[in-house]
Amino acid sequence: MNYFLTEEQEMIKDLAAKIAREKVEPIAAEYDENEIFPNDIVEILAKSDLFRVFIPEEYEGMGGGVLEMCLVVEELSKACGGIALSYAGSALGTIPIMLFGSEEHKKKYLPKLAAGEILAAFALTEPDAGSDAAAIKTRATLENDHYVLNGTKQWITNGGEASIYTVIVLTDPNRGVRGTSAILVEKGTQGFDFGKKENKMGIRASATTELIFQDAKVPKENLLGREGAGFLIAMKTFDQSRPGVASQAVGIAQGALDKAVAYAHERHQFGKPISSFQGIQFMLADMATQVEAARALTYQAARIIDSGAKNIAKISCMAKVFASDVAMKVTTDAVQVFGGYGYMKEYPVEKMMRDAKITQIYEGTNQIQREVIALQLIREELRKKG
Amino acid sequence: MNIVVCIKQVPDTTNIKINPETNTLIRTGVESIINPFDMYALEEGIRLKEKHGGTVTALSMGPPQVEESLREAISLGIDDACLLSDRAFAGADTLATAYTLAAGIRKLGGADIILMGRQAIDGDTGQVGPGVAENLGITHVTDIRKIEQIDEDGTIIVERLLEDGYVRLKIKLPVLLTVVKEINEPRLPSLRGKLAAKKKEIVTWVEEDLEIDSERIGLVGSPTFVKKIFTPPKPSGGKIFQGDTREAVASLLEELKKAGITAGKKGSEDGNN
Ligand SMILES: Cc1cc2nc3c(=O)[nH]c(=O)nc-3n(C[C@H](O)[C@H](O)[C@H](O)COP(=O)(O)OP(=O)(O)OC[C@H]3O[C@@H](n4cnc5c(N)ncnc54)[C@H](O)[C@@H]3O)c2cc1C
Repeated sequence: MNYFLTEEQEMIKDLAAKIAREKVEPIAAEYDENEIFPNDIVEILAKSDLFRVFIPEEYEGMGGGVLEMCLVVEELSKACGGIALSYAGSALGTIPIMLFGSEEHKKKYLPKLAAGEILAAFALTEPDAGSDAAAIKTRATLENDHYVLNGTKQWITNGGEASIYTVIVLTDPNRGVRGTSAILVEKGTQGFDFGKKENKMGIRASATTELIFQDAKVPKENLLGREGAGFLIAMKTFDQSRPGVASQAVGIAQGALDKAVAYAHERHQFGKPISSFQGIQFMLADMATQVEAARALTYQAARIIDSGAKNIAKISCMAKVFASDVAMKVTTDAVQVFGGYGYMKEYPVEKMMRDAKITQIYEGTNQIQREVIALQLIREELRKKG
Repeated sequence: MNIVVCIKQVPDTTNIKINPETNTLIRTGVESIINPFDMYALEEGIRLKEKHGGTVTALSMGPPQVEESLREAISLGIDDACLLSDRAFAGADTLATAYTLAAGIRKLGGADIILMGRQAIDGDTGQVGPGVAENLGITHVTDIRKIEQIDEDGTIIVERLLEDGYVRLKIKLPVLLTVVKEINEPRLPSLRGKLAAKKKEIVTWVEEDLEIDSERIGLVGSPTFVKKIFTPPKPSGGKIFQGDTREAVASLLEELKKAGITAGKKGSEDGNN
């Protein structure tokens, strides 16, 4: 299938696919079972320059954008959605620095992130602030030339593994979302610790932890943008990162589809391959059609974002909602094609079904995504009416 | 340090098929790859350069499409690549190939270390490496599993894999080494490397560029005559020992003893795989 990629994009896709096939797939089940963070794969990705693809050239990147990031995430996710998240989660943490970092921030962090020497993370969620992100309680108070942080973030991807964290905090509790700010916190900062690592349903090779701030002192230069812009920075970051989640979903779904087609061809019942039964054929046909549609929407969203378009929230949410719902449907159907074997850990599709679920939940649940899309539709309608 | 790595482009035998009627390889639709053993030679060459400095050049003889494999070598970190390609070189056996490659290396200005894979997966002879060394009049050691050190005085210490162990050797440079897969884990290409490889000019030399005797190259210079290639017939007959495992093993051993295959009471130990 021709996706109208440039020669360089094809190169990126091929290289990521090679790594997925040769390095990720053989270890995916073991890393999932034992919750092993894929430091070895991160190193391979780093040496292959794949962390560079979405970072500007002046910071040691290769000057691509969201589409390049998506191509890598998709290929890796075909083999393991959890291992792919170590990469995608770092991209999520890198985006706010690219979008809102000062020249100093960029010079300090982007070259190392591009080289894959360090990973990044993004921390918004708290125990009592999930979809209602404005309910965060983590405080940052300015004392002389430092912010002092107190509070707990929860379920942070790459927690403990990343070296640099964009943390959304309250700088002015009286102003609601306008009182939020984004602050860069380095691992190793005094008063900044990691809490428990979660035991998850899927993407188990990914590290998800608490971040605990107890009088953590951070230089005031670590503020991203300006005070009060925290919520805006979070939303603009998600606009760019959601196609990454969509790609993770597309990759997982494609991986499951490939396994299902191969299995349907091999498995015989009633003296014939099960792929000769229309009930299986129609299921495979629908799965393939859905995956292709999800990929098309995801690439479209990424291309629109990379074109520099302004209003990208809607298309970005659409890609994430659609692709993640497809991933859930397709992986569930893949288990169905495998029958009882699909329910067993010896076969890869049960893991894919577990991995797919998260894509409907994080970076905004699909309900919240639909809310954003609908709100945008209503706004557009109102604008038409003037 | 001047390092040359000789590589061969081969059909990817992991999915190769033989035409049962003609007993020849079905080459259509089969992807070409760098001979897997040569990947270890390339990796070792790059590592030596990273450690000791100098340049590492990849050299190959073959049709123009081999350029692709040489570009792949560049994308891994090889500095330069050179292709010996001429109709006159075609049809070469191991003798003519070794002769031609040696002429290429001479034209490159020689080398301190020449690295090659232990054998090519299509021909499986393992003859070209030693042949190149003989043509150049230098030492060669096959089946290297480790390059331990290279000293200022121009000596190299290596470990050569044997069937039941290894031998440690100290040799004077220049030397030609053929490597086994135990030597390292080849790296994957990088994007920057791939972009560099795309732009890289690959030198191609034809017969006239080399100082060679035209009687000793290509088909003319190849005394090897392939009489027949065939898939060995599947072994037939055999006997299945059934029933209780203990009894089955006992009767198997009995039969083996009768046939004179097992010797004493000591069971044969499985060597390294
Ligand atoms: C594995 C994992 C990794 C994560 N990584 C990160 C990370 O790196 N950084 C980070 O900041 N966060 C991260 N999160 C948090 C994630 O973004 C949140 O879980 C998500 O935003 C939902 O919040 P919640 O879990 O509190 O659900 P809730 O907000 O409690 O939602 C519960 C249910 O109610 C629905 N709901 C809530 N509000 C509405 C509404 N207004 N209308 C309709 N339905 C609604 C939701 O859709 C959902 O179905 C991660 C979560 C997980 C599980």
